[in-house]
Amino acid sequence: MRRIAWLLLLLPCAGLLWVPFYDRPGPALLGFPFFYWYQLAWIPVTSVLIWLVWRLERA
Amino acid sequence: MNAVHGAAGPGAAGIAVFVLLFALTILLGASAGWRRGRTGRAAAETTEEWGLGGRSFGTWITWFLVGGDFYTAYTVIAVPALVYATGAYGFFALPYTIIVYPFVYAVMPRLWQVAKAGGHATAADIVRARTGSRALERVVAATGLLAILPYIALQLVGMRTVLGALGLPGEVPLVVAFTALAAYTWLGGLHAPAVTAFLKDVMIYVAVIAAVTVIPRHLGGYGAVFAEAGRHMRPAPAGHVLGAGQAVPYATLALSSALAAFLYPHTLTGVLAARNADTIRRNAVMLPAYTLLLGLIALLGLMAHAAGISTTHPNTIVPSLFLLVFPGWFAGFCLAAVAIGALVPAAVMAVGAANLLTRNLLPAPARAGTRAAQVMALLVKVAALGFVLLLDPLFAIDLQLLGGVWVLQTLPALVLGLLPLRLTPTGLLMGWAAGMAGGSFMVFADGLKPVHALHLGGQETVGVSTALLALLLNLLVALGVSLLARPTRRRAG
Repeated sequence: MRRIAWLLLLLPCAGLLWVPFYDRPGPALLGFPFFYWYQLAWIPVTSVLIWLVWRLERA
Repeated sequence: MNAVHGAAGPGAAGIAVFVLLFALTILLGASAGWRRGRTGRAAAETTEEWGLGGRSFGTWITWFLVGGDFYTAYTVIAVPALVYATGAYGFFALPYTIIVYPFVYAVMPRLWQVAKAGGHATAADIVRARTGSRALERVVAATGLLAILPYIALQLVGMRTVLGALGLPGEVPLVVAFTALAAYTWLGGLHAPAVTAFLKDVMIYVAVIAAVTVIPRHLGGYGAVFAEAGRHMRPAPAGHVLGAGQAVPYATLALSSALAAFLYPHTLTGVLAARNADTIRRNAVMLPAYTLLLGLIALLGLMAHAAGISTTHPNTIVPSLFLLVFPGWFAGFCLAAVAIGALVPAAVMAVGAANLLTRNLLPAPARAGTRAAQVMALLVKVAALGFVLLLDPLFAIDLQLLGGVWVLQTLPALVLGLLPLRLTPTGLLMGWAAGMAGGSFMVFADGLKPVHALHLGGQETVGVSTALLALLLNLLVALGVSLLARPTRRRAG
């Protein structure tokens, strides 16, 4: 379980380092092209993932 | 040529607000030592108290301190400048400052435990304890020092940009700001930035949130900002946002910057000053809030285009935007936020550099006591001021780029030492030398660019972060030499 939890930490790296996945203008959100809002969205997601790993590690 | 540069400064009200806030910060920081009181002089006299805050900082102070010294004034000035000049490509600072936190979570609590158990205050201390190699300790310390000096110089450059925007001419304001910084660190040690980081961060948040809500309203909303900024950029290939061939440099720069970020003496000092390992884990969860701020700050680079700011000095665009959009007094507030944003990290950097000098580099008789650390921090700052006054600021920027390549070469010695995989000190030392030499060579050969073009058979080239290539070389050599050395040593032993 702990091992699997640590894999969660790799998700932000995969999601952000594979650039072709988000190097596109659409779909836009509130005027933000996809490229920008997708990366901004990873901020809260990363926070939550790290929090989850922390909780699982203590459990 | 510059639409705003000639425009009026923030006026008397703005300057008054600026001076007031700046003076308040200096006073708060400088008196941090006295107000702590505790056991009076005795506590302030120990180097661990001065240089590491007595390893006493809880979650919130650590959050403000690490956030305050990782996201520097230079960030506020340079990230929008890069986005202004290069468009979407400059945004690599965002993935960089996101993926750094899983790395912090995985590595830094262990490093803290090792440091706490051994009473270590610097990366070089830890390396020496883990490898038993004095040579490795020295090269790690010297690398950190080389990397941090231009970084401090850039804080002073950021401060000078702001003072220039206020309409204060010449070098006098810079010397005043420098004296302030010196007094503040001398008296407060690491407690000074810890106390004032709070003030700085709140001010930067207010300034940036005001900017990203008010400015797009002036310009017709975010859709209009992106559309207008796009007209000033070289158009991207259809269906893309990044230019042709920018994807790999974008990803590798983000990765190498993230790996290097917490190897710098100032960021590591902030981490090691935490009260316990869980404080660091909690901070890995909370620190991304600053990345949100960074993303918004980066957008200022696009807004500058939409606001019609046209300049060949991208570093001036943030002060120009503040002056253009806000009333004088609030522009003064925002500029003070940036100036204090230089002071806090510069103080932590000077303390981190002083720790390296007193603990790892100087001969034993010269390193005793807080006074030695205070003197060293002062010398470090004088050196940084010398950079700014005597050399082309461009040189500081180039050196900072080199510093990023160099500091990453300490990663194997510092971080791989935590793994069961034990590399030999000789291997690590030779890997470091190969990474430093190879990285510096590539950077110079490429005309001081952070990206090196690799040839993939035929005409195809792909740009890869030079720091990352140098790290790969470093790891290969370290592994190779360690594998070769091991069997002979066993037979001999």
